[in-house]
Amino acid sequence: MSVPRWVYVPAAAGALFIVLPLVAMAARVEWSQFFSLIGSDSSRAALWLSLRTSAASTVLCVVLGVPMALVLARTTFRGQGALRSLVLLPLVLPPVVGGIALLYTFGRKGLLGETLDVLGWQIAFSTTAVVIAQTFVSLPFLVVSLEGSLRTAGQQYEVVAATLGARPTTVLRRVTLPLVLPGLAAGAVLSFARALGEFGATITFAGSLEGVTRTLPLEIYLQRETDPDAAVALSLLLVVVAVLVIGLVRGTRSSAL
Amino acid sequence: MTLHLDVVVATRDVRATLDLGDGETVAILGPNGSGKSTLLATIAGIVRPDTGSATLDGTTLFDTASGTWRPPHDRGTALLAQDPLLFPHLTVLDNVAFGPRSARIARSEAHVIARRWLDEVDAGDLAGRKPSQLSGGQAQRVAIARALAADPHLLLLDEPMAALDVTVVPAMRQVLKRVLAGRSAVIVTHDVLDALLLADRVVVMEAGRVVEQGPTKDVLARPRSSFGAGIAGLNLARGQVESGTVRTRSGLVVAGLHHDATVPDGQQAVAVFSPSAVSVHREQPGGSPRNVFATTVRELEPRGSQVRVQTDELSADVTAPVVAELDLMPGTPVFLAVKASEVSIYSA
Repeated sequence: MSVPRWVYVPAAAGALFIVLPLVAMAARVEWSQFFSLIGSDSSRAALWLSLRTSAASTVLCVVLGVPMALVLARTTFRGQGALRSLVLLPLVLPPVVGGIALLYTFGRKGLLGETLDVLGWQIAFSTTAVVIAQTFVSLPFLVVSLEGSLRTAGQQYEVVAATLGARPTTVLRRVTLPLVLPGLAAGAVLSFARALGEFGATITFAGSLEGVTRTLPLEIYLQRETDPDAAVALSLLLVVVAVLVIGLVRGTRSSAL
Repeated sequence: MTLHLDVVVATRDVRATLDLGDGETVAILGPNGSGKSTLLATIAGIVRPDTGSATLDGTTLFDTASGTWRPPHDRGTALLAQDPLLFPHLTVLDNVAFGPRSARIARSEAHVIARRWLDEVDAGDLAGRKPSQLSGGQAQRVAIARALAADPHLLLLDEPMAALDVTVVPAMRQVLKRVLAGRSAVIVTHDVLDALLLADRVVVMEAGRVVEQGPTKDVLARPRSSFGAGIAGLNLARGQVESGTVRTRSGLVVAGLHHDATVPDGQQAVAVFSPSAVSVHREQPGGSPRNVFATTVRELEPRGSQVRVQTDELSADVTAPVVAELDLMPGTPVFLAVKASEVSIYSA
């Protein structure tokens, strides 16, 4: 298909709109002090916390999201459409709203919080709360990505496997999951990226306690007040991570073809 | 191994019964959409019939009356389809070993079984390859080995050669002939050669119903269905017997010789004759006792040294000079003549 020539003008404007702010930010970085800026104790603590919590929430997303995607893609039941829409809700919900919802679920006075409190488990304003907030917002990425892969892969190989005598669990382990592995990997990487950038739900539900709940985005937001140079340097660090993530996703996608 | 199947699949308008003896290979023939594949899918457990039952070796596969449903993996019915559907992430050897491994056989032993079956289909040298590195014929041979390695009680083949290049079909047919010998199998096909070479018995389906069945050579020599006559290359007129002749619903009256026994008046019968026994005329022929049908040429189709003249209901094989002499083309009104002695009449 040949594109009308005028389409290139708004397309180029759009690309510029995305790239220009990144260039502007990179231009403000004090390169001579870059490593000392991102190397401060509080920055390193925030980066380390972000990586740990994002990894943990990615694992949670896989553990919960793979069964969810399987149920959505491979079964039919009443209300499935409604359930699919609900699963997508965290994608469109403002993260701060998600944080408030989590607070009234797991907080000390929340729906489950009181029970958990009795058991001696206080979740709100802990590192666990960070992981829960990140999982809440990034789970849809994994479910949507994997459900798409499962639908594209189809059920024909699974049917063949069953007629060859494979039980449903064997089919899942030896046929279904290997075939959608690229989609699963892409979904996991996207979930990790979303978790790494999580801000609103985290600050609402987990607060901003250095070394416990203050992840990198929160650290950047605080540093912006006191040390703008450090904030810019840390922002660039997150941009680099984001670019690496996109590269990873593209890599797994293209190897799938 | 014996199979008894009796199913109704209402959404696809299939109502059929099928019986299979021990070690017997049955070919299901029929036009597209006649329900052949649906029948196979109910045996494999991929399609749930609305009502009916199936037993394999005395084991109930399903029975809607009692609500019994045995899942596909627990049936012992390996299915081979048009598309080989080899698992793309596994090597050829692991594909063939998939069935044994699913039966909880240790990996090394499963590989021994897989190699044996690969050799059986002349694909031993392909063991280390990935499916994407195989040609269509190679992939289908591996798929046969994979189905057989699962040690099925009953092998189901759904047009296994339909997607293959015509040049590799004869070799594939030889492989199938070898591995199907003495094995219980149902093969869905639209190729009469498959039925002739691979099957002991044929079942002809039309519009979701079994319209005839019997030993392959009997069905080809004495077809009772229009599809059966078509694959045997014969003309078939079905109707009611009236003073020894067959009168079809469309009004043809065909005289012929009653085979076996004379079919009494009022009964259903078919009149069958070869297109090569039919002559084509522009003027109404007179004289000797003949069947003469006024009709219109619909299609001319070369067949070796002959030309098949297809009319509204019947066809005739004539030579090219005859076509030229009579100036035949689609739309030409003609008279078809066939001697009564060339027509076999038997009960339908």
